[in-house]
Amino acid sequence: MAAVGVPSGESQTLRAVAGEARRLIVQSVHRAQAGHLGGPLSAVDVLVALYFQILRVDPARPDWPERDRFILSKGHSCIALYVVLALRGYFPLEELATFDAINSRLQGHPDMTALPALDMSTGSLGQGLSPGIGMALGARRRGLGFRTYVMLGDGELQEGQVWEAAFVAARYGLENLVAIVDHNRLPQYSWPAEDEGRLLYQPEIAARWAAFGWRVLEMDGHDLDEIGETLAYAGEQVDGRPTVVIAHTVKGKGVSFMENAFAWHARPLTDAERDQALAELTEGARP
Amino acid sequence: MTAVAQRVAFGETLVELAERFPDLLVLDGDLANSTRSDILSAAHPDRFLEMGIAEQNMVGVAAGLATLGFIPWVTSFAAFITSRDLDQIRVVVAQPRLNVKLAGAYSGIMTAATGKTHQCVEDIAVFRAMPNMTVVAPADGNEVRAAMHALTEHVGPVYLRLTRDPGPLVTTSGRPFEIGRAFLLRDGSDVALISTGAQTARTLEAAELLAARGISALVLHVPTLKPLDGDAIVAAAARTGRVVTAEEHSVIGGLGGAVAETLAERRPTRMARVGLRDVFGESGPNGALLAKYGLTARHVADAACKVIADTAA
Repeated sequence: MAAVGVPSGESQTLRAVAGEARRLIVQSVHRAQAGHLGGPLSAVDVLVALYFQILRVDPARPDWPERDRFILSKGHSCIALYVVLALRGYFPLEELATFDAINSRLQGHPDMTALPALDMSTGSLGQGLSPGIGMALGARRRGLGFRTYVMLGDGELQEGQVWEAAFVAARYGLENLVAIVDHNRLPQYSWPAEDEGRLLYQPEIAARWAAFGWRVLEMDGHDLDEIGETLAYAGEQVDGRPTVVIAHTVKGKGVSFMENAFAWHARPLTDAERDQALAELTEGARP
Repeated sequence: MTAVAQRVAFGETLVELAERFPDLLVLDGDLANSTRSDILSAAHPDRFLEMGIAEQNMVGVAAGLATLGFIPWVTSFAAFITSRDLDQIRVVVAQPRLNVKLAGAYSGIMTAATGKTHQCVEDIAVFRAMPNMTVVAPADGNEVRAAMHALTEHVGPVYLRLTRDPGPLVTTSGRPFEIGRAFLLRDGSDVALISTGAQTARTLEAAELLAARGISALVLHVPTLKPLDGDAIVAAAARTGRVVTAEEHSVIGGLGGAVAETLAERRPTRMARVGLRDVFGESGPNGALLAKYGLTARHVADAACKVIADTAA
């Protein structure tokens, strides 16, 4: 497919893209002195794999009717999506400097009326899977072969609407719908954990999706080879059920002092913290 | 006078619309035989999507369908459309201005004695306050049909307020519906009665009661609550100098609020508001509900007499 930018299997290249994406996330949030960090850093590898390897999209034609759809249901992680879209060529990298600024297309939560590359507006948690169902149903009615991918946070699985959607998607047998759960185990505050930190209460995630009639796949959400293989399988080897991919991830992945620290869900960076984060990410991105 | 239920007109018009608009789909929250979208379901089963008892998801699915050019009509009770899925309407319908049509059946208080959970007296206020929404409350079955054609031609989110039980036909069949336009149903010079939805029939009755008392009442029917026909409201106030609003809805934020806001800014006029006085309803027969909550023709007429008396000095 001509619209795919980077041929599959080039995980070296994807690793370099993901490293650059992480640095841009840190720089953008530092510049804005606002926005989220932990969630974007846990989600970004999957986003890179989607936009550079999996999704059939064309950055020059964001309204191409047959494009694959992507919805970032965990909309607060949008800086990761903006960075990946910019790297993929949807808009100039320089525009990332406008993130969270007045009159920007890069709103604090994704606004499809501002940025044509976005397939849905999101921000209020639990909502993204339902429009994905509408797109998947619509594709079937129109006889279009595109697939719809929805990324949810594990925390937002606490929202009841997710399970309304899970039940209806299975009822309609939407095998052209793929949900991806960014399972980083930390929401914004949550309940206390034994080690004085805080931890998501979210038992039996895979079993619950399976009980609702979904096919469940799991992957390491930071291993680009595994991500590529799993998402390709999820989209292509369908069996009449919608598919959910549980991506096991680390919140704040790539920056030592952010990893698994709930306080870095959303917090402005000092100059020194930015410098340390960029240094670690430059080191960590080397093959 | 022929009595037609708005919900039956709604179901029959969905069939017409499905035949006129190939992209029209109807989504149901397990209430099709109440809202009467079952009429569409029987005629065009392929255009009907059962979404189960899950209103939040239903609204999101409609938004996704709208991005592909479908015209989804989301049908449920007004009480659930207004409250159960309000955040979904806000984030994936109103904010992105997607072409989703929301139909709230069983609005007001006459809902087959189901009581306050299934009545809805605040939907106009809620959707008037929501940016990008168009809000319409037809008077009768004729106007339901005309409005639904206009709302489906219109591109953008709309809320259609419907009632359950048969009521008299007070608008002309075949009259074109223009979104944002009020209709003068009766001219008069002493007081302007301004009403919306099914309350317009009782307001016309009130004008008759007033005529018997020697009072000349104008009746302005305002089916579109947003965008509001401010010019027609100001003209009615200018013609009579006295205004009474009437609606089967809370007096807060509905037609009464909208008219008061308009007149306060453009032509301060002595007025009274007939509607629910910041209370929820309850179970009961329709006649008893209208009497207890102050919505009969006599209540409207009495409010007009009081405004006239207050301004006589």
